[in-house]
Amino acid sequence: MSEVKIEKLCKSYGPVEVLKDIDLTVEDGSFVVLVGPSGCGKSTLLRSIAGLEPVNSGNMTIGGKQVNDLPPAQREIAMVFQSYALYPHMDVYNNMAFGLKFAKTPKAEIDARVNEAARILQLEPLLKRRPRELSGGQRQRVAIGRAIVRKPQVFLFDEPLSNLDAALRINTRVEIAKLHKMLKATIMYVTHDQVEAMTLADKIVVMNNGRVEQAGRPLELYYKPNNLFVAGFIGSPAMNFLPAQVKKGGTLALSDGQELKATLPSSCKTGDSVTLGFRPEHMTLGGTGNFALTGTVDIIERLGESGFAHVRLPSGQTIIAEVRGDPRTSSGQSAKLTFNAENLHIFNAEGRRLG
Amino acid sequence: MRKPASAIAVHGILILYTALALFPIILVIMNSFKARKAIFGAPLALPTPSTFSLIGYDKVFGDSSIVSYYLNSITATGGTIFFTLLFGAMAAWALTEYKFRWNTLLTLFLAVGIMVPIRLGSVAIIQLIVELNLINTLTALILVYTAQNLPLSIFILSEFIAQIPKDLREAGRCDGLSEYSIFFYIVLPLIRPAMATVAVFTMIPVWNDLWFPLLLAPTGGKQTITLGIQQFLGQYITDWNAVLSALSTAIIPVLILYVVFSRQLIRGLTSGAVK
Repeated sequence: MSEVKIEKLCKSYGPVEVLKDIDLTVEDGSFVVLVGPSGCGKSTLLRSIAGLEPVNSGNMTIGGKQVNDLPPAQREIAMVFQSYALYPHMDVYNNMAFGLKFAKTPKAEIDARVNEAARILQLEPLLKRRPRELSGGQRQRVAIGRAIVRKPQVFLFDEPLSNLDAALRINTRVEIAKLHKMLKATIMYVTHDQVEAMTLADKIVVMNNGRVEQAGRPLELYYKPNNLFVAGFIGSPAMNFLPAQVKKGGTLALSDGQELKATLPSSCKTGDSVTLGFRPEHMTLGGTGNFALTGTVDIIERLGESGFAHVRLPSGQTIIAEVRGDPRTSSGQSAKLTFNAENLHIFNAEGRRLG
Repeated sequence: MRKPASAIAVHGILILYTALALFPIILVIMNSFKARKAIFGAPLALPTPSTFSLIGYDKVFGDSSIVSYYLNSITATGGTIFFTLLFGAMAAWALTEYKFRWNTLLTLFLAVGIMVPIRLGSVAIIQLIVELNLINTLTALILVYTAQNLPLSIFILSEFIAQIPKDLREAGRCDGLSEYSIFFYIVLPLIRPAMATVAVFTMIPVWNDLWFPLLLAPTGGKQTITLGIQQFLGQYITDWNAVLSALSTAIIPVLILYVVFSRQLIRGLTSGAVK
């Protein structure tokens, strides 16, 4: 069992609190991705689990063993750094074997483990090379190999793909997913790329300002975001938000006077200010739907099979709608956007999800 | 591409400078192979079969004390390099890697050491060495030279250590290395070029120094070669053959050390890329 449990974890740099009361469970064998904007504390959380940063209070257990005061090496974790952090003066073999040598592992065992990792990662022909003779993708694989040979309880990845170019990033992403399946390893993975998060994760943890905003399965976060932050963070382009007011009889009045009829959750009261959220990909240009908004097309970004129409409403707000194919509409024309009631998200004045 | 004319000018200036710098050395080596009369008769002439003589070398190597002076110089210089690099790198690592209370103050204190010439403290140093009963020992020289060279070496090495990415040290920690292992197996190999630089800077003044050997180890067979040669320089008669031969041979050890370190320097520069 290599479950990671974090309870009430707090950390501050002087007066600045970077982690506030983090509670998190990473089930054995699951792939958990930490996402959030820069400075939200996701890397700090990962480094705290690795033991590279001291924490102020709280409790961390890995595989049932409390690790708060253990040095990194005794936590049975392996970290893959964004910069790979390969030892430049050692060849690939020694980079992978280095930690094992210090753990006084028998030589035959080291050999076996390194060769096994090299086979999995297709590094066999490169074992005698130095890191500077490798490409970015190869270095990345060596860094992962160095983690594999240690047979850790938990793998910690700190933005491992950020230094790769776009094509290689997609390849490596798939490789990591395969690796997770094969090793059945427990993985914690930090990224700011939500595509990585959505595709890799069993569970996504969205962080903001040192807090966990929501943790759940990728689609759960996509369909039922708990609050405005998660709603805006998951999905690309981001969800559209419009302020509205609840009117008598369960209609929603937008600031420009348009009224939408919807079945409102019971917690909505007449007169409440709410925020409506709807995703660009759930809107259609022209089509039919329960709700309709009209505005002027500012610009259409055409990506080929689909595109994004930026539509300015009479109130001056811009909303983005995904358009399929090659729409005839062009800039300056008026457009009618429709979407279905089931795709509407309603948030209260504090930004919490209603219903 | 540079124009040939300016290339010629640059090379001309450099060749001229090289000739100027090498001239005294060549003169010393040349004359060390000549008989005494020829040294005075035609100091700028190359040794010919009629003026060729090895009498100077005979005297130098015939005198067993000179050989031990060589060994003294090598020991003092080698010891100084070793301790300067070891303690310099360790202190630099501690000052850059660890945050502790008097960190900045300590760094400043050591920086002051670069600016204050150690010779100002000669009297106090002599008193200290006498108190410690270390007068006329090489230990005294190594201690003083190490102290003299530490501030600058800490300063240079700190800069280099600060450039080693933090991730590397943390990868080491994750790999289960102790802080000492990180220092010896990760940090030291990566700052080799810097250490070679410091070694060269340390070595040459120490090898050539006359001041501290004269004060701290003037007798008792612990003289260094620079001091030992002085026995051939008399008030009335100077044995030039011996002096020139001794000087010529004194170049060799330091030249070998330089070659060793400078090879490190060049290798370091080409393999220094960390990522």
